[in-house]
Amino acid sequence: MSSLNKSLLIPLGIFIVLVAILAGGFGLKDPHFLPSQLIDQQFPDFSLSELNDPSRQLTASDMRGQVVLVNVWATWCPNCLVEHPELLRISREEGVPLYGINYNDDPFKARQWLVRHNNPFQFNIVDNKGKLGIELGVYGAPETFIVDANGIIRYRHVGPVSRRTWEETLGPIIELLKTNPDRVKG
Amino acid sequence: MIAELGHFSLILALGLGVCLAVLPTIGVYRRHEGLMRLAGSLSAGLFVFLLISFSCLAYAFWDDDFSVAYVARNSNSALPLQFKLSAIWGAHEGSFLLWTLIMGGWTFAVSLFSGGLSVDMRARVLAIMGALSIGFMLFILLTSNPFDRILPVFPADGADLNPLLQDFGLIVHPPMLYMGYVGFAVPFAFAIATLTTGRLDAAWARWSRPWTNVAWAFLTVGITLGSWWAYYELGWGGWWFWDAVENASFMPWLIGTALIHSLAATEKRGVFKSWTVLLAIFAFSFSLLGAFLVRSGVLTSVHAFAVDPERGMFILAFLVLVIGGSLTLYAIKVSGIKSEAGFDWTARETMILANNLLLVTAAGAVLLGTLYPLIYEAFTDGKKISVGPPYFNAVFVPLMLLLFAIMAISPASRWKKTPRETLRRQFPALIGSLIVVASLVLAFATEVSVAVILIDTLALWIVANLVRDLWSKVANKVAKLPALFQQTMSYYGMLLGHLGIAVTIAGVCTTVYYTEEKDLRMAAGDVAELAGYEFRLNAMRQIKGPNYVADQGEVEVFQEGRSVVKLYPEKRFYAVSKNVMTEADIDPTLFRDLFVALGEPVGDNAWAVRIHYKPFVRWIWFGGLLIALGGFCTVLDRRYRAVKSSRQTAVSLGVAA
Repeated sequence: MSSLNKSLLIPLGIFIVLVAILAGGFGLKDPHFLPSQLIDQQFPDFSLSELNDPSRQLTASDMRGQVVLVNVWATWCPNCLVEHPELLRISREEGVPLYGINYNDDPFKARQWLVRHNNPFQFNIVDNKGKLGIELGVYGAPETFIVDANGIIRYRHVGPVSRRTWEETLGPIIELLKTNPDRVKG
Repeated sequence: MIAELGHFSLILALGLGVCLAVLPTIGVYRRHEGLMRLAGSLSAGLFVFLLISFSCLAYAFWDDDFSVAYVARNSNSALPLQFKLSAIWGAHEGSFLLWTLIMGGWTFAVSLFSGGLSVDMRARVLAIMGALSIGFMLFILLTSNPFDRILPVFPADGADLNPLLQDFGLIVHPPMLYMGYVGFAVPFAFAIATLTTGRLDAAWARWSRPWTNVAWAFLTVGITLGSWWAYYELGWGGWWFWDAVENASFMPWLIGTALIHSLAATEKRGVFKSWTVLLAIFAFSFSLLGAFLVRSGVLTSVHAFAVDPERGMFILAFLVLVIGGSLTLYAIKVSGIKSEAGFDWTARETMILANNLLLVTAAGAVLLGTLYPLIYEAFTDGKKISVGPPYFNAVFVPLMLLLFAIMAISPASRWKKTPRETLRRQFPALIGSLIVVASLVLAFATEVSVAVILIDTLALWIVANLVRDLWSKVANKVAKLPALFQQTMSYYGMLLGHLGIAVTIAGVCTTVYYTEEKDLRMAAGDVAELAGYEFRLNAMRQIKGPNYVADQGEVEVFQEGRSVVKLYPEKRFYAVSKNVMTEADIDPTLFRDLFVALGEPVGDNAWAVRIHYKPFVRWIWFGGLLIALGGFCTVLDRRYRAVKSSRQTAVSLGVAA
């Protein structure tokens, strides 16, 4: 066999770099990695304005003191509309505070969306640059977090919340956190 | 039962795919003609079982079988039939089945129209295509089965197709695009087959050319339709967003464009042999990369599919295997090949080389821009940035301007060396035509903008030199008019393709620089003025469609007091999927579009309304279709049919070899 011309390996080299980038990007975003990293961690600090009252600054301390549900949503997200009736029901019937993070969205459109579909949230954090979402490791909307009274993330649900999600996971976990916070493990 | 039948057919097709990849290959190495000849019937079998599988899924959609999870998620009993059927490729699983079916179709087509190939070569090519299909079918069966059932409790009705996709554009856009993407598997298979023989001659270029041109033409149609669909369906009047998924289709197109030119040089002059092989590998690699970007969720985009890391890992592994493998094979096999036919710097080969460098650089720049957010994220601990139109325009436009200038002068060049005599005649003509078109543009430009004048001049210069070239072919003929129709189909293809480019760039440039738009608050009776037209909102009303209800506006447009057209923009609410959709209404003419879209109600019966005046926007897509037509034209060239008629001799020679 004739000797290998080294310059012919250049395309292969470029391709290997490309694969490394793709694989790396992939690892960063793999939703299955995230829970182990964020569960039982402090909810990240932030200082962002409220959707319907832009003069009000919200911080992580606004969520302390009780077990809460934090829902990441956006107007561009069809599944957010799918889970919306269930969120409305939870806020009406379940007695757990529901906070929204309006993620990577146009605040103007978001306000109109809430008027059109009703607002289940006690307040909405405007994360229109997506920074908080990134710190939370949000993969896409909708995602729902259970945060305990000390501001520690205890559970993360990816995708729309249905009645079944509530009955089988969210509800029982919240119940357990309320009655016996120390027994819950992520 | 039907869904299981579809699933079962797919498994059978996988079995046939494995046979197709393995048996002819054994035949090649054992020199067993019978095994080699199996490739044809195995290809047919593969295609037939994929077709059965696809038809079963189609039946499930037609029959509203909501116990099939994929149907339940993407269809609804109230959905009109044409959308039920196009919903087959409305989401990930079904669209990949379509992709695989098209792969089977191309494989079958190669087996049918490969008469000019030796038995050995045909077996190699089909085996490679079979091997690629194995990957696609495994992907469906292992990670994305569209035939999965939701049993025992299945929904009474489906979740409905995403309203964005309930549109004619979606019925035709993905199949065309996939024809292009997957079509590049054919030159890829030819290239790899040639590499495995170790005889890298110009013959493979002649075999691959018609296939490449057709695949490329389909891709052109697909991209054009996609742009058109984005324009009227996503609302807001944009036609290209440099979105990751658009880039995913545009990169193979750029490489494919380089490939069809480089193949021409390889076929005619035997130059760029190893480079052309590399481009053939690249074109298909970029298609696969596009599939990875769209389906793995590694990049966020308006039209990315649902995300699943398992799928991403599978495609990435497949990429590594196919692309890494072929590039390694390339490095090993091409090493032996040295001297190529030389050419003078004035030759057409130089033009094609420049064309290739510019197109590959452009594709590289688009790739860098598309992946940059990922690279950035990796090096900054997850900080996020997005690369938008400013980057792409800044890099892409100058490259294209250079390319257009080369396009304008290249018809004046000749293969191998442009004779002194020709140069002496052509040079003044080129400069002269440039001066003429530039003065024309300057005379008619209403606004002096350097960009507009430069781009329009280039577009016209391209056309002027195409006309000159055509004229030079008939000028010394006695019967000039018949001579005009006696050129080869390849030549007409080139003319149409280049003309299409000129039309598209004129359209892009004019649309970008002369569009006017307004966002307004309008109640019934309000009038707005834009670009010499008056838009009057006559009334708002509620209407009911098959699976939606809508607010519809009636906007009458007047020009100098005369009524031009009535437009009916809608805001639709799809009851099942609870989606709200903006349906713009457009009055298209050759020279301008009037575009009206409804925003949100803003109180007191008033609505937010967006109106656009977009001159020459149709030219963008009309040009795209001309380009594609050019690609299809070249296949009708008599040369390729001549190859077919010599089938008998070729076969016997092939066996002897």
